[in-house]
Order: sequence, then C-alpha cells, then structure tokens
Amino acid sequence: MTDPTPVLRLEGIVKSFPGVRALDGVSFDVRPGEVHALMGENGAGKSTLMKVLGGIHAPNEGKIFIAEEPVVMTSPMQAKAKGVVFIHQELSLADELTVAENIFLGELPLKSFGRVDWAKLYARTDAILKKLNVRFTAKTRVGDLSIANQQMVEIGRALTVSPRAVIFDEPTASLTDAEKVVLFDVIADLQSQGVGIVYISHRMEEVFKITDRISVLRDGQYRGTLITADTDEDEVTKLMIGRSLDLSRNESHHEMGDVALEVRGLSCGTLFQDVDFAVRKGEVLGFYGLVGAGRTEIAETIFGLRNPTAGQIYLNGREVRIHSPIDAVRMGISLVPEDRKGQGLVLSMNCRDNMTLPQVDDMTAGPFVSDGAEIAIFDQYRDKLDIRTPGWRQLVGNLSGGNQQKIVIGKWLSMRPDVLIVDEPTRGIDVGSKSEIHSLIRDLAAQGFAVIVISSEMPEVLHVSDRIVAMYSGKVMREFTSEEVTEDNLIQAISGITEKVA
Amino acid sequence: MTTDNRKEILKRGAIWAFILVELAFFSIIGDRLSVSDKAFMDYANMLLLLKQSAPIGIIALGMTIIMINGNIDLSVGATFALAAIVLLDSMTWPFMQALGDWAIPLAWVFALLTGATLGAINGLIVWKTGVDAFIVTLGSMLGFRGLVFMFNGEQPTSHLNWTLVDFAEGHFLGLHTPTWFLLCAALVLWLLMTRTVHGRNAYAIGNNREAAVNAGIRVGPHMLLNFILIGFLAALSAVVFYSESGSVNPNDGMLFELWAITAVVLGGTKLAGGYGSIISTLGGVIAIQLLRKGLGHIGADTQTVNLVIGLILIAVLILDRQLNRKGQGELKI
Ligand SMILES: Nc1ncnc2c1ncn2[C@@H]1O[C@H](COP(=O)(O)OP(=O)(O)OP(=O)(O)O)[C@@H](O)[C@H]1O
Ligand SMILES: [Mg+2]
Repeated sequence: MTDPTPVLRLEGIVKSFPGVRALDGVSFDVRPGEVHALMGENGAGKSTLMKVLGGIHAPNEGKIFIAEEPVVMTSPMQAKAKGVVFIHQELSLADELTVAENIFLGELPLKSFGRVDWAKLYARTDAILKKLNVRFTAKTRVGDLSIANQQMVEIGRALTVSPRAVIFDEPTASLTDAEKVVLFDVIADLQSQGVGIVYISHRMEEVFKITDRISVLRDGQYRGTLITADTDEDEVTKLMIGRSLDLSRNESHHEMGDVALEVRGLSCGTLFQDVDFAVRKGEVLGFYGLVGAGRTEIAETIFGLRNPTAGQIYLNGREVRIHSPIDAVRMGISLVPEDRKGQGLVLSMNCRDNMTLPQVDDMTAGPFVSDGAEIAIFDQYRDKLDIRTPGWRQLVGNLSGGNQQKIVIGKWLSMRPDVLIVDEPTRGIDVGSKSEIHSLIRDLAAQGFAVIVISSEMPEVLHVSDRIVAMYSGKVMREFTSEEVTEDNLIQAISGITEKVA
Repeated sequence: MTTDNRKEILKRGAIWAFILVELAFFSIIGDRLSVSDKAFMDYANMLLLLKQSAPIGIIALGMTIIMINGNIDLSVGATFALAAIVLLDSMTWPFMQALGDWAIPLAWVFALLTGATLGAINGLIVWKTGVDAFIVTLGSMLGFRGLVFMFNGEQPTSHLNWTLVDFAEGHFLGLHTPTWFLLCAALVLWLLMTRTVHGRNAYAIGNNREAAVNAGIRVGPHMLLNFILIGFLAALSAVVFYSESGSVNPNDGMLFELWAITAVVLGGTKLAGGYGSIISTLGGVIAIQLLRKGLGHIGADTQTVNLVIGLILIAVLILDRQLNRKGQGELKI
C-alpha cells in the first residue's frame, strides 16, 4: 500500500438489466500488491461489477480507470490487452480441448503462417502446472478432469501473462483445502509482483486470511470499504445483510425415528468400496472428506445414476434396487447435485419451470399444466430461500450464481422427499442465506425427513450434522457423533490417518 | 489417462475398422452374390471408388470444419451447382474463347471465387445478425438454388472442353485427378485444423462459445473464414466434377449437403461442435462410397442402398454412445 496510484479504479458505475438495477453508482479501487475482497449477498452485483470491468457488460454510466488512465472496455479481449485477467465464477472452459489449450485460450503462442507453437505452449503450461502443484498434465482433456481440477485450470489462466490486475470470482467455491493452499500461494506470488487482486468470496475465513481491504455491495449499491485488519466478521456481515448471525455449532437435538435409509457394503468400481451407513428419520448425516473421496459418487449411486458393483440399499428396512433417478424419486429420494449448471438446471428456462420440473407431471388441470399451482410452489420457496429475482419469468441463466443454487435446492425441497441428499448445498451462497439453508436443513430433519449433507466445508458439516461420516479415498474412515467430533480428529480422519479409537 | 488415450484411439479408429469390415464383407459375401464376375476388391475398382468419392468428399471436408466450429451449412449443394454453371458458362464468353486453353484456369478462378463469395455471404449473415447457421443456410440454399434456375430455366448448361476432360480424366502417380484434389484438400484442412491457431480456436468456439468469447477470441471472423472455406470447397468440388462431365442440370448437387453431413457424422464429428477430425471424415466418405458401390455390386437398387446407409448411420451413433460410457460405474444419463 506504499504506492498510492490504484491499478484499477471504477467510478460511479451503473448497470441495469431489464427489471433489475444490478449496479447503482458503484465506485471501487484496487492498489498494486493489494488483495481487495468484494463481498455481498447473492445477487448484490459482485459478478456484474467485475464483468463490467472485464469488458463483458457495457456499463450504462460510470468510468473505468486503469493506472489512472480512463478506458472504455468494449470486449474481454481488450480487457486482457490492458492487463486485466478475469477468472470466472462459472467455469469457462472448452472441455474437448486440452489443459494447455484452455489455459492459453485466445492467446495460443504463434509461429509463422498462423501455426500454433506447440513446443512453447506445452513448455509454458508445464511451468504453470508445476506452480499449481496439480497432478494432471498439459495434454489432459479438460472434460476428463474433476470440477476442482477444472477450477485449477481456470486459475492457471492468471499466470499466462504478467497482468496488472486479476479478478477471482469465487475461485474456491469448488476447491478443497489442499487446492486452496495452492491458490493462496499463487495469490501471494502475484501480490509480491505488485499485481492488484480482486477477490470475491462468501467465505469469511478466507477473506480474513488473505485480503487487505474489504468492499461491500448490497443490492447493487456500494456500502463501504473496511480495512481487513481493523474489522471483524460481525461488522462485515452487518454491512452485507444488515444484521448479525449466529454461527455456532449444532446443539439442538430432536426425536429420531426409525432408520430411513441404510447402505451395506456398497461399492462402485474404484470410486468407493465397502461403504456402510444408515440415516434415521429426523437425522442429518454429514459426509465430510476431500474432493475425490467418493462422497458425490455414493450419492449418485443411491440416486440411481450409477450402478453399484456390490452391496445393498435398504429403504425403510426393505431392500431396494434403484436403476434410475426416476426410481429414486418414486421411492422418495431426492438429490440436490453438486454441479448445478450441468445437472440441476435448465439455464434457458424460467425460474418457476425449473423449480417445478420434477413434479410437473402431477400438477395438471385437465390436459394442461396448472399455472397457479406452479406459481404457488415457486412463491413459497422464493420466500423461504430468499431468492432474488424480478419474477418467476426471469431466465435462470440470468440469475446470480448463488440464486441459481437456491433454485436447485428449492426444486428438490418442493418434492418433499423422505430422504434428501444435498451435495455441497451452500457452494457460492452468501452468509445470510447460508444460515437460512442450514436452518432449513435442520427444520426438515425436525419434521422427520432423513437428510444427508455432503460438504467440503468443515464449519458447515459441524453446524448441521447429528452424525458425521468421514471419508478418505473411497472408504469410510470413521463415524462421529456431534458430541465426540472435533476439528482435529475430523481432519485426521479425512486425510487417511487412522487414529486409535479409545 | 491411459484408458482415456485408448478410448480416443478406439474412437478415431472405429471408422477405419468399419471400412475394413465393409471390404471384407463385400469381397467374401459380395463376390458370391455378385451380378458381375469381376472381383470387388479389384485395384481399378478401388481407384474408381476414390475418384467417385471426391465430389461429396471435398464438400464433406468443408462441412467438418463448419461443424467443428458449431455451425452447419445446408447451402453447399446449391453453391456446388452455381459454381458449376459459372465454370461451364464462362468458357463460352467471347473474350474467354479468344484466350483458347488459357480460359480454363480463368474459368476455375471464376468458379472458385463464386463459391467463396457465396460462403462469405452466409458467413457474414451468421456473424452480423447472430441468426443460427441452420436457418441462414436453409434460406441461402433456397436462394442459391433459385439463382441456378433463373440462369437457364430447366435447361442444362453445357460446355465440353476436351483439354479439360483430358485433365480431369488423367492419372498422376496412379491416382485420378479428382482423387488428388480430395487428398490435397484433406491434407491442407487437416493442417489447418490441427496446427494453426485458427483451427484450434474453431474447436474452442464450437465446444464452448461463451468460454471462447470470455477468453477474447473473436468468434465472428473465425466463423466467416470457415464459411468462405466451405463455399470455396463446394466450388472446388464442382470444378473437379464438371471439368469432366461438361454439363450441369439445374437440379445437380441436391441433397449433397445431407450426404456430406452423413459422412461427417459417420466420421465421429459431433453435431454440436467442438469435436471431430478431417481424417475421420475422409474415412466416413470412403465408408459411404464403399457401401454404395458394394451394394451395387451385389445388385441392390438405390432405395435399398439409402435404407442401409440410414440404418448404419443410426447404428453407428448408438455404438458411439456406448463407447463413450466408461462402464458400469459410469454416470447414466
Ligand atoms: N445477463 C443478465 N440479465 C438480467 N439480469 C442479470 C444478468 N446478469 C445478472 N443479472 C442480475 O443482476 C443482479 C446481480 O447479479 P450478480 O451476478 O452480479 O450477483 P453476485 O453478487 O455475483 O451474486 P452471487 O454471489 O450469487 O454470485 C442479480 O439480480 C441478477 O439476477
Ligand atoms: Mg457472482
């Protein structure tokens, strides 16, 4: 913060979409070597602000300065030429192409006659991958990578040029702790080179760990900037949502019923082996582990998306075979998937239709779909989950990332399943709604539903679960009750360190 | 990763394996049922087959890059006919006749320019209006065909130039002239798609257009270039074909777009874009021609041939889906 000239400055930015004033006179600046957090609820306008800066949206009003020179950003290409690199919230990758081609997308090194300089491309990619400390190679097809690794590819793009400013829009949403460490190293590295960094995240721990200043947006308006060292979570939260939050552990316990779902010896190839667990009615079972531990795959198997190679599934004590999601839904199992864009949403459909998609067959008046019933369901869950949208007619693709996630959750909740499996339910969701979703999960359990929560966020599993299953590389390492679990023994269990249980 | 590589090889090799199966089938079963006493796997017969693949083949190569790019071009058949008319008619113009045989290269240039221009029209409309290429080229297919009919009504346009015929029927290193055109076009396009930035960006655009835009790739110019290329190739195909035949009917080239698309899809290129290869399309073209010739060899009529090709196309697509699933643990859709 010795250099007073900001690398980036935005002044009075206004951006309207039909029916939404997404940004309303926002000003903001980033200094060289600074990590500047941008926080705010879902739909507050963070991504939109950065898209204006990155040349994707043209602002209705306002000015952009780079190194105090006014610029008009007309395209992503121009932003890049000015040294502004944008790591998108939603993965922006071509999955049929290789890692190297994706990292250098739009700026492949050239030889004569417009040929690609493959040697240089691979050499530079290898150097970047080494820095990122990942286990895939430059020639791997991106579509074959896990989401976390795809996110790392996306992050690799910040290292291709020597940028003036890098924007990270929720980079950690799908990363686990191991990869986060690498990301923070990368950020520290950029910082030491005098690059200005904008860091968007809903995770307080991260923001307080790596940022220098925090700017807060609320409903498209600028609420102020705080120096990270001089503030605390509570102050930031109040600025963001206008009230404080209770983020303690789950203490409440209620009556539990019979076992709703039991799994014995379930295996699926190399993905996971010999998994046993049971969930009771009224219980929240947390699954914690690193990405790749097989949690999502277990959920997909129970939901009929994969065929198990061994083992049995019992629903209410009866053995069942689930061959497809249709079977699963009919038997009262719902899955809120991890990859909302790919599996949970039809982006080009409106909010209401997305939410009522799985039950539209049942909501008919004569031969037609009953509009009224659909809208009633949508309204109910919009209020419950606080979904920010101008109306049910809005296309889901135009919602902010966090609000898209809420639509998916609403969709499966409205099915009122017996067993609800939620995979990373609060990825990309702001602190306020996060606690809403947590209490919603607790409420559902209290009403007698069996809930399975898969999460890579320790505070989250600790907060919502009655029992926690720790997984490591396809195996269940240990089960904890909420009394015996501590952060330490949980971390040990998911890193594969078997501890002598007393 | 090794399994992925193996799968990739399997996918790329499938069309060639299919060709081998066809060859084996027609030379063993086929020769027994044959209506003629000539063997199917006859050297001259195979050369002829390659030559006959050339017109559709050259167009299919262009269709491959268009489809990799995430577009489609339905107007190639009409472009083919229009370029053929320019080729043959231009040689009858007085100043061209005065040039003697020098009129030939000039007529070629005219025809190729026609093709490139028609392609550019498609490309510009797709780029500037953002309308889906399917709709745009559906319109231009009708429009271009209309021009063909306006030129000479239902009458064929003819002009036979014997120097040209000699050239087109000639051989070079054992292969027919049209075969050389096909192979050279394939080589150039293969280099274009695998080695150049334009080619790689075309893949990226077809695969995930939004990502390409975000990465600062200028989508429009790449699409325009590809449309110019396919227009050019449709005209090249006309040049190759009509140099020999010397007469074009206003209905010539109809359904060529569908044959080209069939060959491209058989070769494994994804309809949605982002994946595919020039070499595999070459395989697809040869496979279709083999089927046509082979079924003809055992005495089947055209309708039967079409039926069989249709069935095989569907079977191949089903097979491709199965191949893409990794086994029991794989996500079901
Ligand atoms: N292309 C668009 N068309 C219409 N409305 C849009 C569009 N993009 C964003 N919006 C709206 O603008 C508002 C701000 O969205 P934005 O994506 O910036 O939120 P965000 O702060 O990034 O939220 P999140 O934390 O959920 O990612 C939202 O109300 C959203 O619905
Ligand atoms: Mg966002």
